[in-house]
Amino acid sequence: MNLIVFLKMVPDTVEELKIASDGKTLDPDWLRMKANENDEHAVEEAVILKEKYGGTVTLVTLDAPEVDEAIYTALAKGCDKAVKILGDWQNFTSPAIAEVFAKYLKENNLIDSKTLILTGSQATDDIEGELVYYLGEYLELPVYGVVTYVQYNENKNNILIRKEFSGGLRGEFEVELPAVLGIQAAENPPRYVPIAKIRAMMKSANIEELEFTQDFASKGIEIEKLYEPEVAGKAVMLEGNPEEIATKIVEILTDKGLI
Amino acid sequence: MIADLEEIKGVTLETIYETSEGKLILTCIQCGTCVGTCPHGEYMKYPPRRIIEMLLHGLADKVSDTDSMLKCVNCYACMAKCPRGIHLTEVLLQLIKEQTILKLPTLPAELQKALENSYRYGNPMGESGRKRANWVATSKYPVRILSQNPGPVDVLWFVESYPAYYPRGQDTCRAIAKIFNRLEIDFAILGNEERSAGECGLLAWETGLAEALIDYNISILGKYTFNKIVTSDPHALDAFNYRYRMYGFKKPVYHIIPFLMPYYDKLKSMLTRPLNYSVTYHDSCCLGRHNGFFDEPRALLNAIPGIKLVEMFHHRINSICCGGGGGGMWLDTYFKSQNMERLSDIRIREAIATGADILAVGCPYEIPRFEDALKVAGYENKMVVKDIVELLSESMED
Repeated sequence: MNLIVFLKMVPDTVEELKIASDGKTLDPDWLRMKANENDEHAVEEAVILKEKYGGTVTLVTLDAPEVDEAIYTALAKGCDKAVKILGDWQNFTSPAIAEVFAKYLKENNLIDSKTLILTGSQATDDIEGELVYYLGEYLELPVYGVVTYVQYNENKNNILIRKEFSGGLRGEFEVELPAVLGIQAAENPPRYVPIAKIRAMMKSANIEELEFTQDFASKGIEIEKLYEPEVAGKAVMLEGNPEEIATKIVEILTDKGLI
Repeated sequence: MIADLEEIKGVTLETIYETSEGKLILTCIQCGTCVGTCPHGEYMKYPPRRIIEMLLHGLADKVSDTDSMLKCVNCYACMAKCPRGIHLTEVLLQLIKEQTILKLPTLPAELQKALENSYRYGNPMGESGRKRANWVATSKYPVRILSQNPGPVDVLWFVESYPAYYPRGQDTCRAIAKIFNRLEIDFAILGNEERSAGECGLLAWETGLAEALIDYNISILGKYTFNKIVTSDPHALDAFNYRYRMYGFKKPVYHIIPFLMPYYDKLKSMLTRPLNYSVTYHDSCCLGRHNGFFDEPRALLNAIPGIKLVEMFHHRINSICCGGGGGGMWLDTYFKSQNMERLSDIRIREAIATGADILAVGCPYEIPRFEDALKVAGYENKMVVKDIVELLSESMED
């Protein structure tokens, strides 16, 4: 299989996120970037598929702070090749990111009859999971998001996938290759890779860097203003005997106009 | 009792016989003392005695195909009791453990997270590196941070992750800040520049992670002028004394308890507030069995007026591990899935049996482990876990 994984860097929420003075971007002084968690599942699924059915895994990323670390980790896990598309991609949102990625794949003729493109089904800055569908649209390929299982049938050159729907429903689909998948969870959780292997990759691996000079009309969705999350209401412990507590609950519900 | 560090640097299972360590292994008489003393021996398919026999027959691979070594909590019990003086915990078991970790199809999730966090954030809990020195603002006594005030200093206090981030650990930090200030010790910390020294076990069996942390900390330490390192974490003590040495680190490193002994008289004169507690002391594996500090913690506790020290059934060299070493801190769920009782739950029953009010400890892992164990035993309001430095600080007037 020709497996292509698209991995994106997102803000690390372990660090404090501060809104910059422009009111619509995150303050870079406080920002650390990390690989999007669902994309790490996409890497894992691609490596699992390679181990089962053979082929190669190509990792494609957009340049971002700390992206090299994420690339070396993915290579240590079993990706064969890594491409970093250079450019200022800060503040690019899903529709535009999908456009960049689709152009890269098309212009370099990277999609053949055995190509499966995988990325995370959503990201911390793309909760709606738009990226994968825009990608399918730009590439004019079948696209499925929220995928939790992939099996390849070499004879038919198609894949059997399971996809989650809301309300606990799941669907099975047979999809011809080439196709685009948004991975919700890999068959196994992303594997541990010994740090020695990552450090060895840093010394030996070659990241293909690609200049991408085209002008993009739009960065996708334009953000007008960012807001800090509102502080949620705090819990109140009610005390007393059951009757007193019941009376207090009724009072609260009445006060709030809920009954 | 310590293995020759120069000799075991970079040693593998294949090259082990080229070292004096390997020759020691050849002298094993298969007495089984190691298995008998191992707190998890009954749960291992290959406990230490069998591991040596397998190794001698060229079958070490079979051992690392099982999870036996994942159950090793680096407690040094087998090594301390071996009549041939084989450095099981320091050398052989780590080599097998490294292979085990490489071969496991999936690493237990909590352990994997702790290792990945240590690499990315410099602490196993996955907290922001920028919050490492946040506790300093809560200290009543001044704490100098070298990045802000980089002049030469006598004592570089290596705080470590559990004391720096864990709320109960921060209590020990405030106690140490008070003791250092009252003793007029010239000290400073690295603050946010510090990263985990690398827990002693983890350093030996995740060599890549160990090297990443060692390279980083050595380069940061190299920026400053100081005479010695003091830490309250016996695991950091071991990391520095047995691993950093292999990478050329030369400064003396002390655990805070033995470090305070030369100040004993001055310290004792400041311990004026009587603490009328009955106290039992848990010998930490690294501090006690591995480094031989059995008398010093007891001497400091006995220096506190009003304290009555009582011993648990297993103490000093026979102390039972809290189960937190060698990665055990992040394997509770895994051990539970194997129907193994937590060692801290076993140990706490011995502490409770002494009737003491306080369980005194000298290792930051032990506070959360034993506080949890007290809850499991339904005993959380009847006994309190305190680090020795907390008790010293409590007895010292402000």
